[in-house]
Formats: sequence, C-alpha cells, structure tokens
Amino acid sequence: MSERTVFLPETGEWRCSCGGEMQPAKVDATYLQGGFSITLLTCTKCGTPLVPEDLCLGRMYEVERVLEDK
Amino acid sequence: MAVDDVDGARKTLERTLPLPGVLGLLCEHPCEKPCLRDALGGTVAIGAVERACITRGRPGSKPLCMPGKGKTAAILGSDISALTAAWDLAKKGVAVTIFTSGEQAGGHLRSLPAATLPPAALDEALAMLGRMGVTITTGQTLDAALLARVGTDFSGVYVEMTPGNPLGLARADVDTLTLLAKEPNVFCGGWPTADGALSIIDMATDGRRAAVSLDRRINATTLTASRFREGPCSTRAYTNLEGKAPVARVIPADATGIPTPETAKAEAARCLNCQCLECIPKCAYLEHYKSFPRVYARQIYNNLAIAIGNRSYTKMLDSCMLCGLCTEICPENFDMADVCLYARRDLFKRGKLGPSIHEFALEDMEFSNSPECSLFKAEPGQSTCANLFFPGCQLAGEPDSKIPETYAFLREKLSGGVGLGLGCCGMPAHWSARFERFEEIMAAFRTQWEALGKPRVITACATCQEAFAKGAPDIPVISLWRVLAEETGLPATAGVAPTGSVAIHDPCTSRHDDASQAAVRALLKKRGVTIEELPLSQNMTQCCGFGGLADVAHTELAAVTTARRVAQSSNDYVATCAMCRDRFAHFGKRTYHLLDVLFPGELDDPAARPDPGFSFRHEERARLRRQLLRTVWNEDISDTSPVGPALVVSPEVRERMEVRRILDEDVAEVVSRSEAGEQHFIDASNGHILAFYRPRNVTFWVEYSMENGTAVIHNAYSHRMMVYGTSTGARQ
Repeated sequence: MSERTVFLPETGEWRCSCGGEMQPAKVDATYLQGGFSITLLTCTKCGTPLVPEDLCLGRMYEVERVLEDK
Repeated sequence: MAVDDVDGARKTLERTLPLPGVLGLLCEHPCEKPCLRDALGGTVAIGAVERACITRGRPGSKPLCMPGKGKTAAILGSDISALTAAWDLAKKGVAVTIFTSGEQAGGHLRSLPAATLPPAALDEALAMLGRMGVTITTGQTLDAALLARVGTDFSGVYVEMTPGNPLGLARADVDTLTLLAKEPNVFCGGWPTADGALSIIDMATDGRRAAVSLDRRINATTLTASRFREGPCSTRAYTNLEGKAPVARVIPADATGIPTPETAKAEAARCLNCQCLECIPKCAYLEHYKSFPRVYARQIYNNLAIAIGNRSYTKMLDSCMLCGLCTEICPENFDMADVCLYARRDLFKRGKLGPSIHEFALEDMEFSNSPECSLFKAEPGQSTCANLFFPGCQLAGEPDSKIPETYAFLREKLSGGVGLGLGCCGMPAHWSARFERFEEIMAAFRTQWEALGKPRVITACATCQEAFAKGAPDIPVISLWRVLAEETGLPATAGVAPTGSVAIHDPCTSRHDDASQAAVRALLKKRGVTIEELPLSQNMTQCCGFGGLADVAHTELAAVTTARRVAQSSNDYVATCAMCRDRFAHFGKRTYHLLDVLFPGELDDPAARPDPGFSFRHEERARLRRQLLRTVWNEDISDTSPVGPALVVSPEVRERMEVRRILDEDVAEVVSRSEAGEQHFIDASNGHILAFYRPRNVTFWVEYSMENGTAVIHNAYSHRMMVYGTSTGARQ
C-alpha cells in the first residue's frame, strides 16, 4: 500500500466557492473502524478539503477494501 | 521420483509413512491393483518405485513428536503392527514401552532375507524409535500376568496378535473400527491371515488404527466419532482418462529387489497423477484462484472462522457466479454456489460482508421496485386477471425492449385477461445473502398477486423464474417463451431475420428448465433461424458473468468469464436474458435478444445495439412505466422534469462512470446543487467546477463546466470514506 500522505490536485488553480484561499492542510479520513490522516488542498476560510481523483481510486479504495475485510 | 528428486520423494513419503525405512521396503503394495494406469499399459509399479525411493532417498531426521503429557502405553509384541503403534503413539507424545519375548525386537521381520530387508534397516528403525522415546524391553514372557500388570501400570495397552499372544482373540471377536479387545484400555491387532501368513501392510494398518484408539482412550475422548478413511478405502475422485496415451510398464509386475534409478524414474513418470479437475477449465472463477473446490471450501471455511484479522477470501467467495455449472460437471455434484452463498450469509449475519460490494446492485433493485418504476395492474377495466406478464427489471431497462408489443400480443391471444407487473424479483437480495429483504420483496409481490386474483405469472427472465421457485414456489410461473411456443403462436409480422446461423446462449438460471430451452429453439426455428449450439449449452450452459452479482464483486474476473463465453462462436448470439445480451454487447459481441427476432421493433440491426448501461436502464424503467400507463390505461401522467441542467457526457466519461458505478442521476444531483449555490471549487485556469455531494454512503465528485446552459461533464469519481475538513461541518 502506498505510503504517500500528500494528495494535491495535479493541475488547476483551485478556489473555493466561499471565496477562501486553498492551502494544503492535514485532515482525517475514516471508514468503518479505521482511517488515516492525509494532507489535502483545503479552504482556509470554510475548512472544506478537495478530494482529488487519484486519492479516491488509489489509497482510499485500497483502505476501504481492507477495512471491509476486517 | 519422476523428476529424479529422490530426496524430495522420500520426504513426502515420510510425512505419513511410519517406519519408512522398513515399511517402504516391505509393503505388498495392494494399492497397485486399482491403479487407473492399468488400462493404459499396466498399473504403475508403486512398490518398486517406493523401494527405490527408500533405498536412494536421504532419510529424514527424527519425526516431530508432541511433548509428553505423562501418558503411557504398553505394547506387547514387536512385529510391524507393534512397531507402527509405537511410532504413531510416540509422535502423539505418549511414553511407549514395548515388551518382546525374544532377544531383539522385530518379530518375523528378523527372519526375512537380507535382500528383502537388510538387518541394518530394521536396526536403524528401532534406533529411531528409541530417539522418539520408545523403550524396548526384551526377554519378556507375554502372558496373562504381564497383561494384567501393564493394564493397571500403563494408561493403555496394545497386544499384537501374532502367535504366542496372551489374549487369544480372533479378529471377529473385536470391534473392527476401534480394535478394542478388553475394556477399558486394551486394544489388539496384527493377526496372521487365514493361511497363517503375515501381511506387512495389514499389520501396520492395525497398528495405526489401534494407536488412534489408544490415544483417544488415553485422552478420554470418543473412540468412534469421525473415523472414516482410516486404512484402505476407495476414492471418490474422478479421473478423466480421455486423451491419455498408453505407456507400457517399465518394471514387470513380478519384479523384486531395487530397480535402477533410470527404471524407477521412467516407471514413476507413468503415474497419471490422478486428480479431478473437470470443472476448472470450464469456469474462469474456479481457475482464477489457482486451486480446486475442495481447497476453496477449506479456505472459505477458514475465512469464516477468523475472529481478528483480514478475511482475505471474502472477495473470492463474493466472486462466484452461483451459476451451478461446476455442480453439473462434478461427478460428485459438489456445489460451489451453495458453499459461497452459505459463506456470504454467515458473513452478512455477523455484519462482516463488506457493505460496499453489493450496495450498488441492491440500490438498483430497490429503484426497480420504487413507485417510479413498479407497476401491478390488471387489463384496463378489469380488477383481476388470469395471467400476469412480469417481464423482469433488466428487460424493462432496455431500449426497444418490445415489452409494450409483447404485452399487447398476450392480451390479444390469452383468455381471462393479462395483467402487467413491472419490478424486480429480488434476486440481487438473495445473491447478496440479504434473505430477509428477499422475503420482503416476495411478500410484497404476493400481496399484489393475490389482489389480482392469483394469476399465472409469465416472465421473460429466467432469473425471475428461479427467484419465484426459491421464494414463492406456490405461485405458478411460466416462461414467456413457453407461452409463445405452446399457447399463443407468434405475431404475423416477424422481427429482424438474422443472416447466417446464430448461437443460442441459455441463461444460467434456466439451466434446469428444459421446457423453456426447447421452446426457445422451437421459436427460432419457426422464424426460420438456423441455430448453432454452443459447446456448453442448456443444462451445461455458462454464466454471462453477471450471475451471483459476480460482476460487482470482481469486475475484472467477471470480464474474463464474459470474454471467454463470447469467444466460443464467431456467429452472432441470441440471448433470452436482457442482462446476458447487454454484457455480451458490452464485450463487442453482436447479440440479439430473442424478442428482436420474434417481434418487429424500431432498430434495423438490434444485434449491434450497445450495452445501454446502468444510467439508461435506470431511467428507461421509469419511462416505460409512464408510457404504459399513458398508452394502455389512458392515465394522464406526464414525464418528470430532469433534475438541474441537461448533461453532456462524452463516451469516454460515460465508460468511466459505468465502471465506477456512477449514475447520471447522481451526477445531475451534484451539478444541480452546485448550480443552486452549494459549495464547490473553481479552477481559475480553465473555469472548470469541481462539486461534491454525499447523498448516502458515497460522496460523488463531479468536474464540469457550464456551456450554453448545459453541464459538460469532464470527470466523475466517488469514495466511501468520510473526510473531515479543518472546521466543524466541513466534511465529505
């Protein structure tokens, strides 16, 4: 399993619709009885993180499968 | 031995053979007689090969013996049955003392010619017994007094029944299963045969059987439970000899002594390596996991037994199509589907069946039974009906399904009225082990069915038929194909006429419905279609890859199943199940639905129509219901307006959404919320919007741009994990 912990969008100059600036920030992701901490591009104003595609298809998918088999 | 790994061969032999250096040389090899090679050049000379193995192979070190627990056994006699019992008991941690009358242990083994059993081989075996903790006491008088004494001094006793034993019992006097001679703890075995001869392997068999009994008695457990396959037993394994070439025996049947390395190797190479793998090449699922059902059943059992840790076989048991082909093939009717479904049920009941695997299919099922798609009605103007046409939810999701035409035709031809039922039979709930939900769906169907006057159900889906057979066996169900072939005949105007032969694909759920299979063939003949039978068809048909929800559990493996099925003929296929047809179309196989041939339709070349995909099927079911209510029952029902702006989805993005199980309506919901002002992200470099929404257990992300009032979808993906932002409430 990938040990990567920083998942920022590969392209784009992203802004939040609330008007806030986007900065990398540490956030938690959980599922069933497990989870992990990762760094995502996050709105400095409203705190909403941007979940990129490669994170969904890669680490999140793997972790979801593993936790379901626990 | 066949690859000249003699040490490896001896290691294998020593795993099960007691006193290998002795028994390996002396065994009379009765197993040679039933050897299947007999018909193809003569039985394999297993005895000679074994002697070569023992003579040339490196002896192993001391066998693993369990630590002693203070239990003791006395053995009266020292021939091969006594030595075998001592060997097996020592391995189980029992402290064994052998009492023998002579100066040396070995009994009649000592009188064998040195060429048959070199004295050193016997001495080495006895030395090994010593290293295993066995004590040998020589010069004893094996009489009743000794027997009485050891009966109290030791936890258990074995008496070898060679001449001079103190028991004087015949084989017929003792229990053949346990060899119990005298309660509570005296066992016996190793009798000479009727003509007074001593059979090495029979005596060893007695010694081993008695050791099992003694160990059980010493540990105060049952003497008799689960004692099968001890000693010689016939095998149920089936070995297919088709295509096996005859090879003459290298070692003559009457040969004695040790064969040369070359002849032993050549003789061993004649072994057929008997094993039954009949089902494996016919099932991509069974083949994928690189073993065979007996091992799979064990792995699945172990998977269920895990208390803490990863259940690494859950995906495996979810990937079976539950199609039953392996059971048809198996000479012993082993039912892999039963094993997998039982295991799914067990995991589900304990909350251990991963929620994500079947969720999409179950939501699709619920949508088919929602008020938007579900319909139960008698003919216009009537409240009950003699027949109920229930086409099945997959056909109802097809473009040009011909359900309206078929329904009109049935109303015209059948007396007593024909009602219409739209919905799902609940089979996805059964396949995913949600039996309670399956029963609820069946109960809901029953309520509608009773209200309509308990009509006969006519279905165009073999899976619905199977579902009714499982969940409501009292409801009379018949396939549409039988009704058309046996009762109504066909409409005057035919559908498309395929050019050339078409190959029939029977759905796996019709496997045992011979009458419907015959009807399908009769209907095609009536339409003048030339039929090709696939190598695996009718009772032996293969699943399309969708059965048992295998496709959602293991998409790549189900794809292999489908790809193999469509490669079995270059002709176009004709399917009677909409899901089979769509899967084949998805894999590029030109496939008709039977109704395309029987009823006229809108498409010039229906075999070429692509897989409509999940989103289309979803919407089509609801649209079909509204259309039928308008046209058949004259109800004033308008089409619902779509949510949010119209979507433009390119074929590439559409394919990605299909694979990721993301529906148009999910995307539309995300876009409409974002356009209504809910939170989203904007890419300043190109104006793309990235919006998200979590309606249930999944967060959907959609990247889009607005162009002339329509939403052009660039990407869509989803995740099940919850992501918590840096402030309260910011989570996806």
